[in-house]
Amino acid sequence: MDGFGIRIEGLSKRYGEGDTAVDALKDVNMTVAPGEVVGLIGPSGSGKSTLLKCLGAVIEPTTGKMTLGDEVIYDNGWKIPDLRALRRDRIGFVFQAPYLIPFLDVIDNVALLPMLAGRPNGESRKRALELLEALDVGHRAKAQPSQLSGGEQQRVAIARALANQPPVILADEPTAPLDSERALSVVRILNQMAQQFNTAIIVVTHDEKIIPTFKRIYHIRDGKTFEEKGLALN
Amino acid sequence: MISLAGRDILHSWSKFVLTGIGLGLLIGVTLTMAGVYRGMVDDAKALLNNSGADLWVVQQDTQGPYAESSSIHDDVYRSLLSLSGVARAANVTYLTMQVRLDNTDVRAMVVGFEPGQPGEPGYLIAGRHITRNHYEAVADVKTGFRLGDSIRIRRHDYRVVGLTKRMVSSGGDPMVFIPLKDAQEAQFLKDNDAILNERARTAANPTLNRPGVPGLLEAIQASQNANRNVNALLVQVSPGSQPETVANEVRRWKHLQAFTRLQMEEILVAKLIATSARQIAMFLVILAVVSAAIVAFIIYTMTLGKIREIAVLKLIGTRNRTIAGMILQQALGLGLIGFLVGKVSATVWAPFFPKYVLLEPGDAARGFVVVMLICALASTLAIRAALRVDPATAIGG
Repeated sequence: MDGFGIRIEGLSKRYGEGDTAVDALKDVNMTVAPGEVVGLIGPSGSGKSTLLKCLGAVIEPTTGKMTLGDEVIYDNGWKIPDLRALRRDRIGFVFQAPYLIPFLDVIDNVALLPMLAGRPNGESRKRALELLEALDVGHRAKAQPSQLSGGEQQRVAIARALANQPPVILADEPTAPLDSERALSVVRILNQMAQQFNTAIIVVTHDEKIIPTFKRIYHIRDGKTFEEKGLALN
Repeated sequence: MISLAGRDILHSWSKFVLTGIGLGLLIGVTLTMAGVYRGMVDDAKALLNNSGADLWVVQQDTQGPYAESSSIHDDVYRSLLSLSGVARAANVTYLTMQVRLDNTDVRAMVVGFEPGQPGEPGYLIAGRHITRNHYEAVADVKTGFRLGDSIRIRRHDYRVVGLTKRMVSSGGDPMVFIPLKDAQEAQFLKDNDAILNERARTAANPTLNRPGVPGLLEAIQASQNANRNVNALLVQVSPGSQPETVANEVRRWKHLQAFTRLQMEEILVAKLIATSARQIAMFLVILAVVSAAIVAFIIYTMTLGKIREIAVLKLIGTRNRTIAGMILQQALGLGLIGFLVGKVSATVWAPFFPKYVLLEPGDAARGFVVVMLICALASTLAIRAALRVDPATAIGG
């Protein structure tokens, strides 16, 4: 492993206070290198979503440290001031459903992120088209999301996640609505993109079809993580 | 940066336009209500302008002849003409009644005037002025009468010899002009049965029918049947004279009430149509509130339909002000479409209203500003809902 894309140390998250307090995460540790795709697996209620929200800078952990590249994001109650800009510029999201913006065409769905970051429209669209072509959906650039198949939509969603060249991508059950072939295709694309853009990718999944494709897997149970070597061969 | 609001509108333009049309019809009603009020004011002013008078001389302690009934003798004009500053003075009568044409009748204000004097219809769009002493009429086109029509006013038939335009009472009823003597008869002379009855009653009264006073009964009966009253005198002042000064002279020496144009306008606009104006104002307020509620509801519903997209937008780092701007722009866009539809609708249907509807550009401009303000205010509810969306909802679990 050469450096790290994202690292969390001793992360915990407590909801509520006193007798009703619930510890959703307890001393979670995780490291994902640039260009690496790791799986995060756990049963319902194990804390997967809470961990994903912490990693995505959507909710703040109660304690612990999170580092993105060489930038500390949280450190035991301290946090960087602009989490919104962090999510925009340094974290990519791929959801269970593609959640493309229905009133934007495919290219603008992808270009929106660079535009939000203040890049010129032309430059943003050029970057978006490059990504779409890399994901084999360049020919659908002017289509509306509703005109795309599920697999195509998910590839556009991946392109959107990569639009600002974030060091980390969080994928929340990205293959759930897809059949085996398409699911494996998405994982292949994620691996390819991780390599191509040197991005650390964390894939939360229940999907047994794709679990064997990960080189490293983090299991989460009762708010604690356990690392396991994956079945995938180098 | 692309316009998210514009793209959303383009994406669902049919829904947006249909909603805008619905809102626009409501705005059209609102603009029309304002136009109805303006029309009433304009009718009142047209009435004053068309009379050609500088002063209205009426019965003392009344605000006639339009707001209250007024009755003065028809020879008073002679004494007014002797006053300094009076150039012309003419008798007029006004009587709002049903004027019959064949089997139909039209509500109209019958005006008795003296040809060539103040009170004469200003201009004709067809036909000629009245040239005979009796039984000719000039009618406003809104009566629906045509040249040559024979119309019935009380017990006499009149031939329509001229048509005029925008000659309406303060209530918007079109005017029918007839010679003064005929109008006096129409207003003050009773029907034959009533006259016979009155004569019999007078004859039966020993005080009025004294055996030792020959000619007394006939004199009294003749007096009872005389039509020597008019409703008002229209006065034009001499060049260089101040209407207010002349009005003061009339009040001081003639025991009559005199109103200048400004005072008459005040009576007509501020008093005669005040209740109607308040009624319309209430309608306008209610329509504004209803419009605001509809816009708020539509924008709120549209926003709720995009909660997931808003959560995604927030999650990927869209600023709150960008999201708020998107909703605000959509509300303003809806308002713009609504206003355009409303303005066109009001312009199209205004001529079909029975009374004059005056759509003023100033009202349209004010209406536009109010619509935009209402839309902006109405969007706050949706903006509030959007800003409360937790970006975490985009992530499952």
